[in-house]
Amino acid sequence: MRLSFPQLLARIGFSALAAIIGILFALPLIWFIFAPFNARAELGIAIPDPWTLQNFVTVFGNGFAMRGLLNSLIQSVGGVILVAAAATLAAYALSRSSIPGKGMITYVLLLFSSVVSGTAAMVPIFLIVSSVGLMDTHIAVILVFAGGLLPTAMFILRDFIDGIPKTYEESAMVAGASPVQAFFDVALPVIRPGIVVVVVWAFVNIWGSFLIPFILLRSDDLMPSSVAIYSFYSEAGTPIVTLLAAYSLIYSLPVVALYLFVSWKFGFRFFGGIKA
Amino acid sequence: MASVEFQNVTKSFGTFNAVSDISFKVADGEFICLLGPSGCGKTTSLRMIAGLETPTSGKIMIGPDDVTHLHPKDRQISMVFQDYALYPHMNLADNIAYPLKVRGESVEKRHKRAKEVADVLKIGELLNRLPSQISGGQQQRTSLARALVYPSRVYLFDEPLSNLDAKLRLEARGFLNHLQRDMGMTAVYVTHDQAEAMALATRIAVMDRGRIVQFAPPIEIYRRPATTFVANFVGNPPMNMIPVEGTVEGERLQLRAHGVLVRDLPISSGIKAALGKGAGLTLGVRPEHLSMGTINDVNMVSGKLFANENMGPEKLVTFERQDGGRVTARIFTDDAVETTENVAFTFDGAHATLFDSEGKRIPADGEMPL
Ligand SMILES: Nc1ncnc2c1ncn2[C@@H]1O[C@H](COP(=O)(O)OP(=O)(O)OP(=O)(O)O)[C@@H](O)[C@H]1O
Ligand SMILES: [Mg+2]
Repeated sequence: MRLSFPQLLARIGFSALAAIIGILFALPLIWFIFAPFNARAELGIAIPDPWTLQNFVTVFGNGFAMRGLLNSLIQSVGGVILVAAAATLAAYALSRSSIPGKGMITYVLLLFSSVVSGTAAMVPIFLIVSSVGLMDTHIAVILVFAGGLLPTAMFILRDFIDGIPKTYEESAMVAGASPVQAFFDVALPVIRPGIVVVVVWAFVNIWGSFLIPFILLRSDDLMPSSVAIYSFYSEAGTPIVTLLAAYSLIYSLPVVALYLFVSWKFGFRFFGGIKA
Repeated sequence: MASVEFQNVTKSFGTFNAVSDISFKVADGEFICLLGPSGCGKTTSLRMIAGLETPTSGKIMIGPDDVTHLHPKDRQISMVFQDYALYPHMNLADNIAYPLKVRGESVEKRHKRAKEVADVLKIGELLNRLPSQISGGQQQRTSLARALVYPSRVYLFDEPLSNLDAKLRLEARGFLNHLQRDMGMTAVYVTHDQAEAMALATRIAVMDRGRIVQFAPPIEIYRRPATTFVANFVGNPPMNMIPVEGTVEGERLQLRAHGVLVRDLPISSGIKAALGKGAGLTLGVRPEHLSMGTINDVNMVSGKLFANENMGPEKLVTFERQDGGRVTARIFTDDAVETTENVAFTFDGAHATLFDSEGKRIPADGEMPL
């Protein structure tokens, strides 16, 4: 096919533009991969010379930061289990039972999820947690995250369960299963892809969150990575780029691993217009 | 096996009565079809037998037990769903054996039994597949196998063949008929396909807007439809309905459609009673009871040719009478229709059905049971 000169020019222009945009997006990632292995990393991109693991050695030597990773894991896993279990049961009940005003409840949930769990709620949450006496505990962080994420999780799952025919459980019950058996044998495996979406979404949310643990925790040995990362800032508040880069890479690995695991095991799907 | 009985059962959704005050009894070993148009309450009735819906009022008995408020799992029944409801994460063996699993049977025992049933249904080779890996006909048989794998008092079917193509449907219908003869199962079968009901049922309950209009053996439903609704619903093409005006001439009744005499018959006691309600009657004639005739025959209808459809061994000739009403005749393919302007058909008076002004069938004097 022969292109006229203006067409050719337009093609070249378009490709160049696309390339530039692509590079803009790729730059931070490239920095993110190179900088941790560079003993003299700065904010500009440079190929490490020589490649070194010295940054990691220093980071592993920082007890506070390492402890942060474990704390992040405790808080994320705890929160995810709570959110997934509660959201599944609640969404199932909301979808299958004949409560009058179900639609209204769901609508209120959605409203709450977008309004209440935001920064605006921090003061009341702080007051509640401290009056319950849970200040400075993992439980406080887990509960607050669960409360904040539950409405949306329930909404996603209810939407998903609504799309699954009731006849699965009905046929199980006619065949002799109790409602509980029908739920675990038949409904739960069918709902599982929806639960996986919620698990990943909740994990990423908690893992990356800074404000809630920062406000609810006092002791150094409870702080998650998102807070502990500040130990790689100097007294004056300037980042120590080398260590920050190495720690960031470690910090991002669990999320990447989770995505890989889930897409290998279940494959990602998108439901009801809500993206995972 | 057991009997099933509805005693004045009503089911309302809000203010709408999906099923209104239904009473009937299915004897032990009977195969009953619930037949009716969409939305008439067939599925709702069936789900009440299964325990998936609770009646608003009335009582449901299975055998000697009042099951009105019993949980489905405790009813000892089987049900085949229209969408088959096969569990997508279990292979066929586990799907079929699931009822045995919840009954606490060992894995070996239940897989052995699943294999037996699957072999009868010719899906024994597919037991390791997932439901998504088999054809629609095989899925249908899998759901049937799951219903047959455990002892059951009543078998419930909700349009189990409606997702199959025409050929498979006939095959499956024949198999169900064979199964019924073989096992003598008590079955309640929901369908809106009158041919399916005719073929399978020992008795058909024709439903209309939440009520049973007629509950009788297929032959009786076909030959003596209780109302114009039943006459219209059963038979393909349906019974021809000709509105007629009845006038009494001495001891005889003359029926005229738009002034044209179509039938003249002796007055019976049933006719006398019917004329008390109004002289506007309906004459019903099945397509196969019409045959080619000539103008001025008795028991004759005529009109302008509208359609002439070849069906293989026979053909359907439709003509339009003067008042615009259409009549369809089923005749042999070789019978030629010679004119198009004034086609005439005669019918056998013995096979004509007369309905009163309320649409109820008028019985003949001294009618014998069929
Ligand atoms: N859960 C429900 N809530 C409200 N109305 C319902 C419900 N289930 C059924 N209905 C109504 O009850 C009527 C009977 O429904 P049913 O499903 O029994 O019809 P059907 O005879 O099986 O029809 P089809 O041949 O279309 O399956 C319908 O008008 C339907 O809209
Ligand atoms: Mg139905």
